[in-house]
Amino acid sequence: MQNFPWLTVLIAAPAVGALVVWLVPGPVRRYARQIAIAWSVLIFAVGVVMATQFETGGGYQFTENHQWIPQFGIRYYLAINGIGLTLILLSLLLVPLVLLAATKEQTTPSRQAHYAALVLALESFMVAVFAARDVFVFYVLFEAMLIPVYFLIGSFGGEGRRRAALKFLLYSLAGGLIMLAGVIAVWTQGPGGAAGFSIDALTGYTWASPTEERLIFLAFFVAFAIKAPMFPVHTWLPDAAQAAKPGTSVLLVGVLDKVGTFGMIALCLPMFPQASVWAAPVIIALAVISIFWGAFLALGQTDILRMIAYTSVSHFGFIVLGIFAFTQTGAIGSTFYMVNHGLSTGGLFLLAGFLIAKRGTQDMTQMGPGLQRTTPALAGTFLVVGLSAVALPGLSTFVSEFMVMAGAYQTHKGWAVVSALGVILAALYILLAYQKIFTGPPREDLEGTRDLTFREAWVVGPLIALMLVLGFYPAPAIDTLKEPVNDTLSVVDGARPLVVALQSEDVQEGGE
Amino acid sequence: MSSASDAFLSLDWGRLAPVLIVLGAAVAGVLVEAFVPRKARRPVQIILSLLAVVAAGLVTLMMALDPDKRAVPISLSSAQSLTLDPMAMYLQLAVCASALLGLLVIADRTVQGDDAFTPQAASVPGSEYEDQARRAGLVQTDVYPLVLFATGGMLLFPAARDLLTMFVALEVLSLPLYLLSGLARHRRLLSQEASLKYFLLGATASAFFLFGCAWVYGATGQLTLTGIGLQTGQHLGMDPILLVGVILICVGLLFKVGAVPFHSWTPDVYQGAPTPITGFMAACTKIAAFGALLRVLYSMVPTLEWDITPALWTVAILTMVVGTVVGVVQKDIKRMLAYSAIAHAGFILTGVVTFTSEGLTGSLFYLFTYGLATVGGFGVIALIREVDAEGHMRGEATSLDQWRGLGRRSPVLASVFAIFLLTFAGIPLTSGFVGKFAVFAAAFGEGAWALGLVGLACSAVAAFFYFRVIVVMFFAGEPAEPARGGLGVGVRTQGLTQVAITVALIATLVLGIVPGWFLDFTGDLSLLVVP
Repeated sequence: MQNFPWLTVLIAAPAVGALVVWLVPGPVRRYARQIAIAWSVLIFAVGVVMATQFETGGGYQFTENHQWIPQFGIRYYLAINGIGLTLILLSLLLVPLVLLAATKEQTTPSRQAHYAALVLALESFMVAVFAARDVFVFYVLFEAMLIPVYFLIGSFGGEGRRRAALKFLLYSLAGGLIMLAGVIAVWTQGPGGAAGFSIDALTGYTWASPTEERLIFLAFFVAFAIKAPMFPVHTWLPDAAQAAKPGTSVLLVGVLDKVGTFGMIALCLPMFPQASVWAAPVIIALAVISIFWGAFLALGQTDILRMIAYTSVSHFGFIVLGIFAFTQTGAIGSTFYMVNHGLSTGGLFLLAGFLIAKRGTQDMTQMGPGLQRTTPALAGTFLVVGLSAVALPGLSTFVSEFMVMAGAYQTHKGWAVVSALGVILAALYILLAYQKIFTGPPREDLEGTRDLTFREAWVVGPLIALMLVLGFYPAPAIDTLKEPVNDTLSVVDGARPLVVALQSEDVQEGGE
Repeated sequence: MSSASDAFLSLDWGRLAPVLIVLGAAVAGVLVEAFVPRKARRPVQIILSLLAVVAAGLVTLMMALDPDKRAVPISLSSAQSLTLDPMAMYLQLAVCASALLGLLVIADRTVQGDDAFTPQAASVPGSEYEDQARRAGLVQTDVYPLVLFATGGMLLFPAARDLLTMFVALEVLSLPLYLLSGLARHRRLLSQEASLKYFLLGATASAFFLFGCAWVYGATGQLTLTGIGLQTGQHLGMDPILLVGVILICVGLLFKVGAVPFHSWTPDVYQGAPTPITGFMAACTKIAAFGALLRVLYSMVPTLEWDITPALWTVAILTMVVGTVVGVVQKDIKRMLAYSAIAHAGFILTGVVTFTSEGLTGSLFYLFTYGLATVGGFGVIALIREVDAEGHMRGEATSLDQWRGLGRRSPVLASVFAIFLLTFAGIPLTSGFVGKFAVFAAAFGEGAWALGLVGLACSAVAAFFYFRVIVVMFFAGEPAEPARGGLGVGVRTQGLTQVAITVALIATLVLGIVPGWFLDFTGDLSLLVVP
């Protein structure tokens, strides 16, 4: 079954679904939401079947490599390794949950159909971007994803959605433009030929000069840092998350932002190993600043969606820290963290969505206090999912966060120790939020607030279950991630002596 | 005497067929005006002109595909006035394709019989005579021979190999266009002003060109490009007289291309001219003028590269920057596309001034695809008319305010126009992207980082104003106060414009998604041209 075009099917199926839901009127439109949910569950099932065919430790698999525009070295080249597989499965899992959670959000059938179509279109892009092995195709998808997200925020969000959507678009386009310069430079300065954009051909490629490599690396890294988002280019995320529907935010933060960190580990490190080592000290410093910046600002928020967005900035700091520590433990931790963060933050956004729907406000101080009396199940799930963001042992996030810090400690003791303080802040912002909403003497108007419904339980249930399973038995995930991480790090390790040599040259020159 | 007649007899008339067909049909068209009864003139003219352009295109295509004739450039006379090498044939094909689509748009009229041209060009706007002419149902059918004359000049222009032939071709293509610009049915004063402006500035540019020819002749004693190229090769260092001459010639050509600082006619003429003429002129003139510019530059490159490259870089950068920055603030859709045309001239120049086969490949591809998309885009604009409160159809709705919510009123036209805008913006999977990528990659590859980076930044700014139109069409609500002249809405016509738009759309998408074969084609051509 390795020859079956799994990835193309997984890309095409959501796209077809989006077109059908969007264009076909009549009964299809009336039941658009149900059709979309059923279709996305089916696609997830296909994804799971594909995962059973995946050979752990078998390198890039399900390869589809066809010539597209030979003059520019562009190929339709798809393949995934363990990292791509886990992120694709995460995307496929989150889409049906988001659609299920959004049931009550849109009132008219036509708006429901549009929302479902946009989410399905986004799903298609998400699978494709994690599977792309051609820099050019990756770039096109990286930019194309903006379109459905722009409309998801701009057409379906709450107050201030237009502005937030525009801010999101401008930030992303600016990053994309810088990356485009890098993409063109990869073609003209790289190996060229009919496979000039294939990441294989560019892995470990010897660039003409260190300066050139660094410039191209920066072009890519800036785009990824905006997407991730890292301090100081993170400011679009809180606005977008606050204005968007929580379901949109789940996909935006849970999956889309991972494209940034995925790009760092799948493109930047293999293609520009020397430049990555060169830039690592600054990037690690920025990552640690992100951890604290996000955490402190999360503490100060009253809007629940904004708070979750800032916690994500903090978490992305950990992910980047793990990647640029260049240790096996740290990088596996980071890649595992990407999945766990999708589960945990996705869960938080979904629960926040339920809370907002029940209480009619995004302000945490207006939701509670004392909501736990009337909605004990909701309070319980919020606490569990919230604690996963704190990385409580027993939940999968603990494994990954611990690995990131342990990995960072091997090479950057000081930064690792400092970053551990971020965990304390995480406990603070989650527990304070829980306290504000759920504990204390109940407000008068809480009577009649419904507890978690059957449907809502089904939305968050799978996420909590997965976090528990992966928390107690992370071995399958870590095995899947180990080999691609090792491959990437071996490229970086090969480049490290060269960087050291260059730096000592610089020092000597400076000394003279 | 005998040598002249020998040259005349030895001319390979068959190779000249495309030009002869088009110019012959133009002359026949003038006779049609004189002898055919008025009722039958319009159909006869339309059929004649369409047939002529199709035949010219087919003959060119047959010659281009014939390996014997394609392999080596063939000079048509011993004096080397015309050379039909593959690049000339390619550009002629591009002109024929764009002219054919342009003619379809020109020939179309609404179901009420309302075409884009004034019923009687000689009437004073707003006069009793004009009113009578309109009521009598007069039609200005000499538009078609004029278009054919212009097309004939455009076919000659990129094939000309000596400066005088080039000048004649330049005038043959320009004079009819000056006239055609003044024939708009609605807003006639604007149209006539555009015509006059175009004529005065165009005549000045022609003077520059001719003056440049004189300087070059003075410096080299040659008029053929080959001869000039050989002469310049013998000079060591810079010959100031020659340099001045070449620069003056370039000024004349850059005017036709619409490059900054010789662009000032573009917005007014594009806005004032009848929309079908704007589309025809924007596409075909650009192709033909770039063809001639390529000829002049590439025949002198080996020696003059270092002298003229800085000037050309400056022009390319200015053209891109001015075109996009001024384009951002435009409120009229035709003016906006005019500035976008200026910016595109800059992008195409970027490929040309790298003086590499990669750059030329990109520019040739860009010219062809941009031409088709331009005809298609202006075709859509020609269909969007003002409708007042009583539902009467009026002139074209070109103000951006009138396009608000067009996506709801005419979803198909709005969507098609959105795709043309995307290709102008250079979004992947459209032909515009492939062209842009090719020229920027060539610029970066040649170390012209400044050109490439400015190009990228300008593309981003330009994308902003294209997207703004899309947003206005699909997402803007109805304006608070009714737009002046009423909202624009897609109008029903006899269907010729729709054919042209469909062909342009298909070409745009096909060349965007699978451009490989076509890039191979332009790549082969460029290898033959780049020294």
